[in-house]
Amino acid sequence: MNNLITEENKIIIKYNVEMDDFSKVGEASSKIKKILRQLNIDNKVIRRVAIAAYEAEVNVAIHSFGGFIEVVVIENEISIKVKDNGPGIEDTELAMEKGYSTASKKAIELGFGAGMGLPNMRRCSDVFEIESKFGEYTELNMKFELC
Amino acid sequence: MKIEKAIELICGEILIGNTDTTINTAFSSDLMSDVLAFVNEDTVLLTGLVNNQVIRTSEMLDLKTIIFVRGKRPNEDVLKMAKETDMTLISTKFTMFEASGVLYKNGIKPLRICNE
Repeated sequence: MNNLITEENKIIIKYNVEMDDFSKVGEASSKIKKILRQLNIDNKVIRRVAIAAYEAEVNVAIHSFGGFIEVVVIENEISIKVKDNGPGIEDTELAMEKGYSTASKKAIELGFGAGMGLPNMRRCSDVFEIESKFGEYTELNMKFELC
Repeated sequence: MKIEKAIELICGEILIGNTDTTINTAFSSDLMSDVLAFVNEDTVLLTGLVNNQVIRTSEMLDLKTIIFVRGKRPNEDVLKMAKETDMTLISTKFTMFEASGVLYKNGIKPLRICNE
C-alpha cells in the first residue's frame, strides 16, 4: 500500500487502522509525525496534529471495526480525516463529554478509556467535526492552520 | 536538575538512553489519556504502565524521559521502540508517590493544568 501521495501543492498520507490491534496502535500516527517533520512544519503544530491523530487512531482500534486515517497537507493547512466501518456512536454529544467512556477492560489496561479522547482532539485542532450514523460509521474531520 | 542527580535521589536505574539531559518539571500518571490531555510541554513522565502505548504517547508529545515506578520494567520490544525514538528510560523501586515527592522536594516543578 502506498501511504504517501504527493500531488501538486498537496501531500496525502493515508493509513488503515485495524480493530483491536493493540500492539500496532500508534504506528500510523508515528509515521505521520515523521513525515510532517520532514516537511519542516512548525513543531508545535506537529505536536497538536500528532496528539489528535494518535487519539483518533486509538479510538478506531479500541471502539470500531477498523477504519483509516488520512492526513492532507496543503500550503496553509493540515487536515485529518478519520473514518471507521462502524458501529457508530448513538449519542455524539454524550461522547464529547469529558469523562464519558465505553472503553473495554483491555483499553483501560493500556492506559486509555478515560473519556478524554474526543475532547482532547477538539482542544488540539482549530476545526473539529464529528459525524456518526449509528450502526454504520463515525467520521471525524479536523483542521490545523499553518501560518 | 541533571538527570543523574534525579536517578540518585530516587535510587533509580537507567534502562536505556543517556545521562546528558536535565529535567525541570514532571507529570505522574498511569492514565495515558490524561497524559495526552494535560501535558503541554517537555517534561518527565512518571508512570507505572510499561506497555508500548507509554512510548507512543511520549513520542507524540516529544517527551524524552520516562521514569517507571514501583519497580516496573518494560519488556524488550518496548525498550526497542523507545530506542528508536531516542528516549531515556529509568526504573525505580519507589512508589509513584515517593518518587514524585522526592523530586518535588528537590526542586522539580509540577505542570499546571489549564481548564479551558
